[in-house]
Amino acid sequence: MATSALRTAIPRGLRRPSLLLRPGLLSAQNTSRRHFSDVNPTPIFHLTETEEMLKESVGRFARDVVLPKAREMDENEMMDKSIVEQLFEQGLMGVEVEEAYGGSGMGFGAVVVAIEELARIDPSVSVLVDVHNTLVNTAFRTYGSTLLKKKYLPKLATGTVGSFCLSEPASGSDAFALQTKAVKSESGGSYKITGQKMWITNAAESEIFIVFANIAPERGYKGITAFVVEKGMPGFNIAKKEKKLGIKASSTCVLTFDDVEVPADNLLGKEGEGYKYAISLLNEGRIGIAAQMTGLALGAWENAVKYECNSKSRKPELKLRPRAHYSSMPSERRKPARASQVAQKVSGSAIEWMGGMGFVREGLAEKYWRDSKIGAIYEGTSNIQLQTIAKLLQKEYKEQ
Amino acid sequence: MTSLRILVPIKRVIDYAVKPRVNATKTAVVTSGVKMSMNPFDELSIEESVRLRERNKGAVQDILAFSAGPTKAADTLRTAMAMGADRALLVELDENRPKERDLEPLTVAKLLREVVHKEGCNMVICGKQSIDDDSGQTGQMLAGLLGWGQATQAAKVEVQGDEVVVTKEVDGGEEVVRVKLPAVVTTDLRLNEPRYATLPGIMKAKKKPMEKKKLADFNVDFKKRLETLEVVEPPPRQGGGKVDSVDGLISRLKELGAI
Repeated sequence: MATSALRTAIPRGLRRPSLLLRPGLLSAQNTSRRHFSDVNPTPIFHLTETEEMLKESVGRFARDVVLPKAREMDENEMMDKSIVEQLFEQGLMGVEVEEAYGGSGMGFGAVVVAIEELARIDPSVSVLVDVHNTLVNTAFRTYGSTLLKKKYLPKLATGTVGSFCLSEPASGSDAFALQTKAVKSESGGSYKITGQKMWITNAAESEIFIVFANIAPERGYKGITAFVVEKGMPGFNIAKKEKKLGIKASSTCVLTFDDVEVPADNLLGKEGEGYKYAISLLNEGRIGIAAQMTGLALGAWENAVKYECNSKSRKPELKLRPRAHYSSMPSERRKPARASQVAQKVSGSAIEWMGGMGFVREGLAEKYWRDSKIGAIYEGTSNIQLQTIAKLLQKEYKEQ
Repeated sequence: MTSLRILVPIKRVIDYAVKPRVNATKTAVVTSGVKMSMNPFDELSIEESVRLRERNKGAVQDILAFSAGPTKAADTLRTAMAMGADRALLVELDENRPKERDLEPLTVAKLLREVVHKEGCNMVICGKQSIDDDSGQTGQMLAGLLGWGQATQAAKVEVQGDEVVVTKEVDGGEEVVRVKLPAVVTTDLRLNEPRYATLPGIMKAKKKPMEKKKLADFNVDFKKRLETLEVVEPPPRQGGGKVDSVDGLISRLKELGAI
């Protein structure tokens, strides 16, 4: 899966097997391979029977339940509580979580399909599901001790939202320069976390937080360690909620930690390995973002074409244009950097096709466009991704 | 309360949101390359059986979803199981054989009668019609063939002891009928709101048994009794006009020679 993401990021002519097969380019070196789906690898456009059913069911849920509230949630900059509850009821918040922990026990392919289907209607709801599944649940499933899994996975799968807290005011793309510190108590029974986190998705709804803090700043990024912090722990505060351009219904907050005492049991994985976990999780999370952006592009297109085909002021020459865009779209699936570009382009053009009706806040056209902007920013900006690709190419081709 | 073994017949039809198109020879509606889904009335039936189970603890022993259709109808049955049916039975039809195409209501009712006898069902909950043929006959014919009571177009279903109390919407109000089990109930639009198949439901459905049979496995005469003469699209709607006032309306009607 990681290699396929890499493959799509490299210009066609430059693909070389040696580059693709090199381990650890995009995934953390110690990550074992995971099955993308519950069956043997199939072409990317071929969904399994399970994924087809999921697509149908989630698509209906999105149209019937989410769509009527999408505009209102955007205007209020607030996620509707009943929608979050229903996401849990549908099993969408524990897609990959094992059935024994109350999850749905499906594969990563199912997560991708669900994210895409939700984003066609509302990218805000989509990102809630995306971050919760691909970052938070996966972190517990991959690195959590049995104790942590037993304690938190059933909650995460059935009723409690989780957040992934890496970015800080002074460390975004350079995430490993994070300044939040954790100090181990003398007995070794707990850690005290002090610092600040920023841009934390879902923070207003979350009750479980995976927090990255450095336990040994002198060792640089090798001191970064992941902890599980619960809402309500003394010293932990969800501070300011950002006012954003897009995905307004999805909360993004500043978190403050003032000597928050976390029991040693809440150490996620091993001390000093947090940076590896973060890289690996975000590599996978980005596929989710690509799915979100693909869904957004499809949704923006569908919204515009429905209007175009039913508008009384029909302009025949416009008819062919959407089709051209549509045909270019499926090939953009699951390419994180490219997907966000396509999403922006399609949702921007959609406004133009619709004319005035695309510009007003009555329909959803302008919202898709605003929402698309975030795709080039979160979970690794497009600029950084291009830089990473350039670095890899240099490594491969630069003669010593 | 009588222990219930419910049979829910299901049909795979053109999705309700798709605009159907007539084929070039005007013999049928085009189905290839068209999105297919479960007949909405059948969704209501599945939902109602699952709700009967949820409302009456331990009373519903078995919910069997049945379909006679192309191989793809297995997907529709899988959806029924994801919604809560316990198992499924598919009679696979060979679309290339004319006599297996478009089974008539009487044939379907006869198939269902055999299934009821073989599986020991004592309640059939089926849609009042399928949205493709709109025949609206199967449930009633089945009740007749079985010699069971029937309660059609249910807006509310309650099982009390060995009776089913069904409320139906009629002109000007509601009509309540009481029918002794075993019985056939057909479902109407406002009976319930079918659930979406949840992800855990979909996973469970994968493990539920689906039996597959052929028409030849049934001792049923499927002679065609109906002949489709022609299928045509409804005439395109003529655009209406607006009038400003009652006087305007009257003069316009006079103009058109309507009054």
